Formats: sequence, structure tokens, C-alpha cells
Amino acid sequence: MNEKVFLHSLFSGYISLCSNTLTHMFVQAYTTCSTETLSSLSSLSLSISSHIMSLLGASQDTQGPTNVTHKKAFPVLIFNYAHVRTPFEISLWILLALLMKLGFHLIPRVSRVVPESCLLIVVGLLVGGFIKAIGEKAPALDDTLFFLYLLPPIILDAGYFLPIRPFTENVGTILVFAVVGTLWNAFFTGGVMYGVCQLEGGQLAGVDLLSCLLFGAIVSAVDPVAVLAVFEEIHINELLHILVFGESLLNDAVTVVLYHLFKEFSAVGTVTVVDGVLAVVCFFVVSLGGLMVGAIYGVLGAFTSRFTSHTRVIEPLFVFLYSYMAYLSAEVFHLSGIMSLIACGVTMRPYVEANVSHKSYTTIKYFLKMWSSVSETLIFIFLGVSTVAGPHAWNWTFVVVTVILCLVSRVMGVIGLTYIINKFRIVKLTKKDQFIVAYGGLRGAIAYSLGFLLPNHQMKTLFLTAIITVVFFTVFVQGMTIRPLVELLAVKKKKETRRSINEEIHTQFLDHLLTGIEGVCGHYGHHHWKDKLNRFNKTYVKRWLIAGDRSMEPQLISFYNKMEMRQAMLMVESGSSARLPGLISMQNIQPKVESRGRTLPKISKGREEEIRRILRANLQQTKQRLRSYSRHDLMGDPFEDMNENLSEMRFRKQRVEMERRMSHYLTVPANRQETPLVRRVRFESDGQDYTSKERSDIRACNIGPTSSFSDAISVLDESPPLRPNQMSQGGARRRAEHGTQATADDAEETGEPQTQLRRVSDPAVPEMMIKMTKDVKPVTTIKQNGADFTIEVKTPMRTNVNSFSLGKETEITAMDGRKFKCTVREENGKLVFETDKFTSVREIQGEDMVETVTAGSACLIRKSKRV
Amino acid sequence: MGASQTRTEDIFQDLSDKTGFSLEQIRILHKRFRQLSGDEETISKENLENIQALDKNPIRNQIIEAFFDKRNQNDGEVGSSVEIGFEQFVKVMCHFKPPTLKMTTEDKEAMRREKLRFLFNMHDTDNDGTITLDEYRKVVEELLSKSGAIGLEAAKAIADAAMLEVASINVPHMEPDEFYEGITFEHFEQILKGLEMESRMNIRFLDVDTSTMHCGKSQ
Repeated sequence: MNEKVFLHSLFSGYISLCSNTLTHMFVQAYTTCSTETLSSLSSLSLSISSHIMSLLGASQDTQGPTNVTHKKAFPVLIFNYAHVRTPFEISLWILLALLMKLGFHLIPRVSRVVPESCLLIVVGLLVGGFIKAIGEKAPALDDTLFFLYLLPPIILDAGYFLPIRPFTENVGTILVFAVVGTLWNAFFTGGVMYGVCQLEGGQLAGVDLLSCLLFGAIVSAVDPVAVLAVFEEIHINELLHILVFGESLLNDAVTVVLYHLFKEFSAVGTVTVVDGVLAVVCFFVVSLGGLMVGAIYGVLGAFTSRFTSHTRVIEPLFVFLYSYMAYLSAEVFHLSGIMSLIACGVTMRPYVEANVSHKSYTTIKYFLKMWSSVSETLIFIFLGVSTVAGPHAWNWTFVVVTVILCLVSRVMGVIGLTYIINKFRIVKLTKKDQFIVAYGGLRGAIAYSLGFLLPNHQMKTLFLTAIITVVFFTVFVQGMTIRPLVELLAVKKKKETRRSINEEIHTQFLDHLLTGIEGVCGHYGHHHWKDKLNRFNKTYVKRWLIAGDRSMEPQLISFYNKMEMRQAMLMVESGSSARLPGLISMQNIQPKVESRGRTLPKISKGREEEIRRILRANLQQTKQRLRSYSRHDLMGDPFEDMNENLSEMRFRKQRVEMERRMSHYLTVPANRQETPLVRRVRFESDGQDYTSKERSDIRACNIGPTSSFSDAISVLDESPPLRPNQMSQGGARRRAEHGTQATADDAEETGEPQTQLRRVSDPAVPEMMIKMTKDVKPVTTIKQNGADFTIEVKTPMRTNVNSFSLGKETEITAMDGRKFKCTVREENGKLVFETDKFTSVREIQGEDMVETVTAGSACLIRKSKRV
Repeated sequence: MGASQTRTEDIFQDLSDKTGFSLEQIRILHKRFRQLSGDEETISKENLENIQALDKNPIRNQIIEAFFDKRNQNDGEVGSSVEIGFEQFVKVMCHFKPPTLKMTTEDKEAMRREKLRFLFNMHDTDNDGTITLDEYRKVVEELLSKSGAIGLEAAKAIADAAMLEVASINVPHMEPDEFYEGITFEHFEQILKGLEMESRMNIRFLDVDTSTMHCGKSQ
């Protein structure tokens, strides 16, 4: 009994200890961690404590009986694997898949030659072999698992991000390939197969025509998963990609109908004409029904997203759930689930994107990509595993003939169909295109799963083996050779760049132009109907499905807003304006500003003074205000909600842009060619530069070994010297003070003490950086007290102070806020700064302070004049 | 009557040789031309303005202007004509011909330039060889003219952003006091490199003549 009490007290002590620690952690987390960490931590702590509580409860339960009947001691550690087995194994599989994926990309040489899908299948084979070796039963690629869990994410990802424009422009061709092509493949393969089986006799004699056709139907469909896996890697041009991929998506309806049809018939054994007619009707029901189900769910999803502005967190889930429901609902009626899913994604996307917040949009994107990539990996691994696991009936004739037939029928189908299609296409398909379309017809896991679904037919294993062989052949041989072939044939690749605003303007312009020309011709074609549809969408649909003002936004404007947003984000993230289009600002393209700069060169000293004062006051104001922004706020807040903050973003961006211009006007001499760069070197006593009455503030001052070490760092370092919040300071009221630029320019010309900055060429230093450094003219003040130095670098935006002693390693803060370890020595009157990245030497040459910074092959010389 | 019949046929044949349209296409266009002009020899701006299909088109005026722009006739003249005849009409339509399979890369490149030139001329209203900021703003304004107040407001910003982009792509390093005059044709080509103009700027109707359509349907 004593023992038990002791145990109990030990337990409760442990619990209280645990909970104390947890509470402690909890509280600490509350104060220090971000919300995400907090929530995960709290849920973790809750789950742990509840777990412990249940343990405690269990121990108390067992205590009851132990009092009466003497039993063995309380089990301190219990092993119950069966309890968690399923989720544990699932996680293990996913983990394996992900680790493999991770591994391949660490070996670039392999992943460049062999497509990922091949490697994954090999891994699957190995794992299957291993499982078999240890005597376990390897799991096969179950059809429920495949069709209900693994396939939908991939298709949704494909459907949601389907490039609409190329798809609709080529929808005719795609449909012909998907429907007629698949039918042809199925019947040709099935028919010839039957003939071969009859000729061969023996084991194959028992295969009847319907089974052969069923087999043909299964093996003829191009597989979206395999196509995606290979085509994503070869970056082929948009047209070919959408042709092959679109076909693989849309042939689903044909495959579904043919599959069920032949399965039914081969069970019954006879086919009547009525059956044939019904099959055609069935095809339309399956495909159009699937599309309709998808579209309905898509509209529902879009409509729901209209109201989610107060519960942003769950927004992404709506997209996933509605799509999944669309897929499942279609499957209930044996409609084409794939088409339904695609219709849902395509319908939903434009409206959802307008409604959800930017964060949700990113979440949707990432989740879709993550799920589809996990699914894809698992599918290929399972394909490998099931190959090892499954029963096989290898028949050379059957397998070889299947592979050959697949190739032949595909090539014949594509060539024949292209001949007809080209009569209708404006942009004809060339021989190269045809080859890639034919060669890209990969088969994959869908065929395998359909084969797996077959009733226990006598020929099932024979079929499955042949299907697997075809899949392996296409994925390995075609998948691996398609990339070299694409390069050999010099097939046009996809352009990688993001769409520019000019392209968008002209796309729109072209649409309207072509619609207009069609109108002039009196011909109602493609563009005319598209225009009609767009107008209908704009006037009725958008109003219902998109919340707020954005429903009225024309496409061009929303594109522009998105672009602005992206740039603003880039800027905030990188902490600079380096990604803005080059260095060109509005002044370069604005004739007005330019002319004003030229026409207003003379402003009275008094007026100039006044402007300067105003400017200075404003600078300080913004500075103070901006200091209260933490970096986190800047990152978090503006993107919390795109709708609300778009204007703010734009404003902020404008400010940054303004500031850039501003720093320009304030610091750069107008006639740059003649005047070298300007920098003031002064003592801290004359801090009144902007307010001083006399422009010529050259004073007789003695200068110690002067240095502007820290900004030299920022030149050579990757990070630009200005951070966004500093940058914005100058921008305030830029507009209000429109005339000032001239003044500032003018002022500079009147002859500041000048320093020279020259760049000794180094391609590694970005042009931007050099420019930035040129524009910022720091005022350096150096104080010496024995071996101790204090260097203060002042720019209009920021003051940076560093103290160090000679010969000691000190931490130095650069202009951009980063810290460096640095040792300073004195050598023949020169100050030598040494870090692991660069060396900087400063020396006084008469009136000049010359600073030489060397980093690798790059060298920067900066001369400062004494003030 | 028979003589005039053959005369028109000759004209058609001549036009067909010049423009590369098939006789069938020329005939269809001629029919439409007659319909638009009200059976006259020439078409005026009013005729085109009466087309209903153009009513809702935001760039209607520019499209109509393009038909009367002498630069699009490729005979070295500039300015705007008051009326155009059938030949001029066909020549404008010629810019919307799709490329054929037999074309070499150089031919395609030439076609592309020619199509781009047409667009460029539409933007460059004063024919000084550059699209200035004002001209570009006008283009975007027209494009958004059917979107009400938001459109006009945004048009300027969009045009400015677009111009900035052109400048930064083509003249990456500009001194602050330099001035980007406007988009030259070379720059215009450069920025629209990504749009496959030769395969996009075309009208389906001009491509399918009825004979092949027939044959296609019967299959």
C-alpha cells in the first residue's frame, strides 16, 4: 500500500510539475512568441496535459481492482502500437515520400537526367522488395485510396491553376484529341489486340473481343499525373503543354464511359445497337453532368467567399471543401469526377481570388501545391510497391504487342487528327508539335487503378502486368528521352518571365482590336462571343459573386493593383527599392517635371531657406512616426487584407518612390558629368547644414583620420544601405513641395565642399548599390581619444555611431543596421579596418581623406573633403 | 455586264496576288465592303461608325482611325484619308492574316514586325516615330473608357507604370536628369517580345474559306 501511495504521489507530483512547467512555458510564450507559435504550443500543452490526465485516470482505475485482487505492479510503460498503427503508417509513408523527394533535389546531376517520377517508382520498387523480403504483405495501390484521396488534390491543383486563355483558345483541338483520339486509341488497340490474341492462341486464346476493348480503353488514356510530372520538368511552351495536359484531363469522361460500358458488356457478353446509342448518350451525360456539378459547386464556392471577410482563417478551406464535394458528388453518379473538379476550380478561381485576402490566396496556392506534390510522390511510390506486390502473369507476346500498339495508335491518331484539325486552326500544328504531342502521351496510375478495379477476371493479372509494363515504358523511356528530344528539336520553351504591364495592356488591346475587326468584317467569331461572355460576366455574375468595389474593377486595373502589391511586398521584404524597375523614376519619363526643373532654376535665397526648413521639419516628423512601426508590423499589417490596405500599400510605395527622388534632388548635383560626387565632411558642431544661411559653410577644421567606414560596408555588401522605413522618411510631402527639387539641385551647384567617389569597375557590385551610395552623402565626424575612436556617420536619414579601440576586435554596425566584427589598426598614419570580408584603409592626403575599400576583386575608392 | 464582271474578277485576282488572300476571301470581304458602304465605291468614317458591333468597343475610334491611316497602306504616305476604297480596306485587313505552315522563320519575323507596326501606328497618333507618355496615357484611357470613373482614374497610373517599365527595360541605367522621350518602334518590339504577335493577331474568318470548311464537315 505504501508503495502505491508513493507511486500515486509521485505521479501527481509529476503531473503538477509538468503542468507547472507547461503553464510557465505558456505564460512565457504568451509574452514572447508570435501568435502561430503560441497557438501551436498551447494546443500541444493542452494535448499533453490531457494525455497525462487520462494516464492518471487509467492508473486510478487500475488501483481499484488491485486493492481487492493482488495483481502485478502498475505498468509504467505500455506498448500499444495497434492503437496508432494506421495513422502512424500513413505518416511514415508520407514521410518516406517527402524524404525521397528531398533527396533527389540534393543530387542535381541525377534529377537533371532522370525525371522525378522514374526515381520515385524505383524507390517504390525497392521499398516493395524490402517489405517482401521481410515477409510482410506489401500494400498495393488501392483504388479507393487512389481515386478518393490521392487523385483529387492533383486534379484540383491542375484545374485551379489551369491557364484559362491558352486552354480556351485551343479547346477545340484539345477536345478532338481527348475524345476522338482516345476513342481511336481504345478501339484500335483493343481491336488489333484481339486479332493478335486469336493468332497467337495458347494462353491468349481465351481473351474475347470485349475484354480486349476493355483493355484498350484502360490503356489508351493519357494520364494527367504522369504528364504533369514530366511536363513540369521540361518547361515546354504553353501551347504544347496545354494540348497534352488538356487532353489528359478531358479524356477522363471518355475513359469512364468506355470502361463502364465494356465492363458491363463483357459481363453480359452481348452488345446491341441500343446499347451503343445509350453509350453515346451516357458519354454526354457523364461529361456535361460532371462539368455542371463542378460549375454549381464552383459558383457556390465563389458565393461563399463573398462573405468570409470577417473569418479570413477558414477561407482557404472553403475552396478545398467545395472542390472535394464537387468531385465526390460527381463520383456518386459515376460522372466524370476529374471534369467536375476542373470545372469547379476554373469557375471558382477568378471570383475567389477577388474576394479572399492576400494571405488566404497564398495559403490556397501553397496547400494545393503541397497536397498535389505529396499525392504525386505517393502515387509513383505506390506504383512501384504494387508492382512488386501484385501477382503477375507475364506473356511476352501480349506485353510487347501492347507497348507497340500503344505507340503506333498514338502516333497514327495524332497525325491523322492533326491533319483534320489543322484545317481549322489559325496557328497550325507543325511536325515538331505533332511529335511532342504524340510522344508526350504518357500513361500512368489511372490506368493501373482502373485495371486493379477489374472484377476478378481470368485475364486480370495478364492485363495488369501489361498495363504496368506500358506505364513503366512510357514513364521511363518516354519520360527520360523527352527532355533531350525537346532540346534536340529545339522546341520552343516556356518563357519564364512574369507578365509585364505592357503585355497585359496589349493583350487587352488586342482582344478589343480583334473583336472590332471581326465586327467590321461582319463575322461573329471566337472573339465576338468571348467579348459577349466577358460583358455578361461583368454586368451580372461579378456583382453577385464578388464583394465590394472589386466587382466593378476591369481586368487591367486589377492586374495593375496586383502588380503594385507585388512590388510593394518585394520592397518591404528585401528592405529596399532594388527590385523596382531599374533606376528609372517618373522624372525620366515625365516631361513636365523635367521642364520645371529647368525653368525654375532661380529661387530667392529666402524662399529656398523657407522650403528647406519645411522639408526638414517634415523629415523629422515622418522619422518619428515611422519609428513606432516595428518590422513585424510592416510585414504583417499591410498584407493582412488586400482589400482594405491596398490604398495604403500604394501610398507607402509612393512614399518610398518619392523619397528616392527626393534624396536625388537633395544630394545629386544637377550637372553630374562635370561635378563629381558631393559629400560633406564636417564636425558635429555645425549640424545646421540645412538651416544655415550661408551656403558656403566651409570652415577651417582639423580632421583626424576621417572615416566613413560603415557606409563602405554597405557598398560592398549585398544589402542596400537604406531600409524602407528610413527611405520613406524623406518622401513625405514631396508632392507638396513640388518646386523644391529645383532649389535643391540649384543649391548643390553653388559649390559644396566636394568629395570624390569613384568606382573601380567591378561587375559584382550591383549598379543599384553604387547609385545608392553615390546618392547618399554622409557627413563623417571622427573623434579621437588616445587609442579610442568614435566615428559618427550622418545622412539625412540616419545617424550611425561606432566606437572602437585600436587593435581590439570590435563589433561595428553598418549603415543598413547589420553588425560586423572588425579589427582596426593604425599603420603609418592610416587607419586599417579588417574584417573577414573586406579591408578598408583610410588616410589623409592633404585636404582629402582617401578611403580604399577592397573586397576580393572589387575595390572602392572614396575621397572626402575636409569641411 | 459580262465585261464588268470579268473586270471585277481581274481586280480581285490582282488584289489576291498582292495581299495573299484567296479569291474567296476577297469576295467575302467585298460583299461586306459593299454592305458597309451602302453600295458605294468608297467607305467613309461614318459608315464604319454605324457598325453596331463596334458600339460597345472601348477602342472603337482607334480601330476606325486605323482604317483611314495612310501609314497602314504601306505606300510611304502619311496622314489620314477621308475615304478609302476596297483596295485600301483589304490592305488594312491584310494585317490580320495568320501565318501559314510554309513560312520560314524570317517570314514569320517579318509578319510579326508588320503586325507590331500596325499596333504602333495606332498608338503613335502624331506619327513622330515615338509613343510619348501622353499618347500612351491616351491609349490606356481609351482602353478603360468603358469602365467609368475608376477606369479614368487608374488609366494614368497604369500608363505611367507601363512607361516606366518600358524605360527601365530598354534603358536600364539612366541618369536622373536624362529624359526618356517615348517608345520607339525598337523598344516597342522589345517589350512585346513575350506576346507571340504573329500567332495571336489574326482573324479566324479570314483563314477558313468555305471550300475547306465543307470538306472538314463532311468528315
